[in-house]
Amino acid sequence: MTDERKSIGSAGKAGRGNRQTSPSAAARSLAGGPAVKKPVAKKPVAQSPVAEAKPAAKPAAKTSKPAAKNPAGAKRPAGAPGAAKKSTPPPKPRLRAVTDEDAAAAAAAAAEEAAKRTRTAGAAPLSAGIPLDDIVVALVQAAQRVLGTDWEARVATLLATIRKRMSGDYEVDEFGFDPQITEVLTAAIEPLAEKWFRLEVRGIENIPVEGGALLVANHSGTVPIDGLITGYAVKKYSGRNLRPLGADLVFSLPFVGQVARKVGATLACTEDAERLLTTGELAGVWPEGFKGIGKPFAERYKLQRFGRGGFVSSAMRAQVPIVPVSIVGAEEIYPLVGNVPSLARLLGLPYLPITPFFPLLGPLGMIPLPSKWIIEFGEPIRTDAYDPESADDPMLLFNVTDQVRETIQQTLYGLLVDRGNAFF
Amino acid sequence: MARSVLVTGVAGSFASLFARRLADLGEGAGIGKVVGIDTMLPPGDLGGVKFVRADIRTPVVGKVIAVEDVDTVVHLDVNPPKRGRAGGAKELNVIGTMQLLAACQRSATVKKFILGSSTAVYGSSPRDPAMFTESLLARDGVRSGFPKDIVEVESYVRGFARRRPEVLITTLRAAQILHPSIDTPLATYFASPVLPAVMGFDPRLQFTDLRDAFAVLEQSILKDRPGTFNIAGDGVVLLSQAARRLGRPVIPLPPIGFATAARRVLRAAGSDIPPDLHRLLTYGRVVDTLALRDIFGYELTRSSMDTFDEFRESLRPGIMSAVGGRA
Repeated sequence: MTDERKSIGSAGKAGRGNRQTSPSAAARSLAGGPAVKKPVAKKPVAQSPVAEAKPAAKPAAKTSKPAAKNPAGAKRPAGAPGAAKKSTPPPKPRLRAVTDEDAAAAAAAAAEEAAKRTRTAGAAPLSAGIPLDDIVVALVQAAQRVLGTDWEARVATLLATIRKRMSGDYEVDEFGFDPQITEVLTAAIEPLAEKWFRLEVRGIENIPVEGGALLVANHSGTVPIDGLITGYAVKKYSGRNLRPLGADLVFSLPFVGQVARKVGATLACTEDAERLLTTGELAGVWPEGFKGIGKPFAERYKLQRFGRGGFVSSAMRAQVPIVPVSIVGAEEIYPLVGNVPSLARLLGLPYLPITPFFPLLGPLGMIPLPSKWIIEFGEPIRTDAYDPESADDPMLLFNVTDQVRETIQQTLYGLLVDRGNAFF
Repeated sequence: MARSVLVTGVAGSFASLFARRLADLGEGAGIGKVVGIDTMLPPGDLGGVKFVRADIRTPVVGKVIAVEDVDTVVHLDVNPPKRGRAGGAKELNVIGTMQLLAACQRSATVKKFILGSSTAVYGSSPRDPAMFTESLLARDGVRSGFPKDIVEVESYVRGFARRRPEVLITTLRAAQILHPSIDTPLATYFASPVLPAVMGFDPRLQFTDLRDAFAVLEQSILKDRPGTFNIAGDGVVLLSQAARRLGRPVIPLPPIGFATAARRVLRAAGSDIPPDLHRLLTYGRVVDTLALRDIFGYELTRSSMDTFDEFRESLRPGIMSAVGGRA
């Protein structure tokens, strides 16, 4: 019964082997001989009814045992007698009874083949045989391809920069901002933003070319990658450095805090915000804070409370415009489906996320999902119409805060419609 | 009117140099007499300074003020603890200040009180603003050790200011001085052959140049500059950057148990680490010196990096200098 099904199922399909009577097209091509096109044994099987074919097929299968092994054996480096058939492709080996001479010849051929292979394998370890000049030429060509025609100057600059870094000969500002490191990191993030998240940036002209401005954005995504990508987008498309304002948790974490300071982040407090804004820097805030990034996936794109409106008073005191930034896509990178508050408290974290993949797949679950991102920089909201003293008027602050929040929320809805599917 | 200046803690390296320099200025600059006071003999020659061996923790200091007719008190006897003088630092810093202030309050001659404070008063924590102005308070990191002492000392001085409003009070909060002849915790630290650092943190540090510190103190004596002022060279130096410039290898140690581990490492390397550096080496500290320029009227001559580089030249090049550091 099983035989029947086999012959019915696969014998008729072109190029497909049935492991018994006819080798697959791939196996035939491996065997090398064009003559194996139509094994004789196949004829009775294909033509006669199944019941009749049985006796005919049986001997054929038996005699061609070594040949039938061919597809599997050909891949083996040596040893199996079947492999030997490959080097001597007879037109119809399967119908002939296997004699002792045949077996001996096959074994000898296989041995020789194996020896040849091991010899070539031993002789070709990577570039050992390639002359040194070729390697140098290849390197030069690679450098030219990667760095362009003026690669010599570029390599020299690069080496000089590395040397300067090694000798500590570089400057950071009072906040610890290191422009060189930032440039390198921006380049490093580029594939993540452009290829993985397929970032689309809109309204980049709303970022002032010079002078201070406060970028206010929605926050989401369990891990604040949106801050990173916004910083990248601002740097890449407007050429200015975004100075993010972060929570104190960022600066108490080892490594994270260090890198954050080097890329220009500082603590989200009025002193720092005003210092940055009055010196004409581009500061970025995510007023939702941990409430925003730690919200469950079901509440995605619903803005949380916008802090206590401190960002508006900072902007008003410094008389700089507020640019609302709407980020779509960050919500889907780590869908937060659960939280372990007790463990989070124990670790001193605001929440301990559970995503569909995170504790389950271990480190693999930490790869962000490739959602499609759109970042829209909205029309600036001017604060210089108010005088700096009105920063002490709480009602006005609440109104402006709500205005910013509403703008971002409406833009988010629009962008979501534009984006369509989150991933494709 | 020539001033009669009392300088406390002249056995310390900075105070003794300053007292001597002040005495050298002499009558021409309006300094009539300089009296130095400490419990120990100063290491070097004090020049024209009149040395009184007395303990400011005892009421004797009141007599010294009365006898010498002191009108300006420069309190420099507030020092970070050193190893070997364990436990004594707090006594000296806080109780000494209390006694000195009590004596000043009784005295009818004292017109000016200058406190040589430290930026340690701002503490050091991840919740710090990027730069401290004089009006900001410490967020964290002043609950123990020298920062706690200095906060208490300043609060006693504020109390004195309330009780004697006619006395001019200048509080100078200086970042640590880096100079080969001045003994500060960071100078000791950078002189070590290896630099233990807290893993995952790269603190921003600031240093004060010796000449700037002298000049600001002199001006606050000769002119009337009441108020609180930060002193620190402009700009910042990251610890990693400092280590590379020195050509000394950084040894990253875990934050928990850093103080003990760092001490062991440095002991093994034949050096020692002053206590209380742990938090500063984790979070760093930067102060704003705008008030010194705009209100006090002194333009700092050297940035933190210049100060560090000058100090570096006085040290032997580190073992990594061949790789990148500048010898």
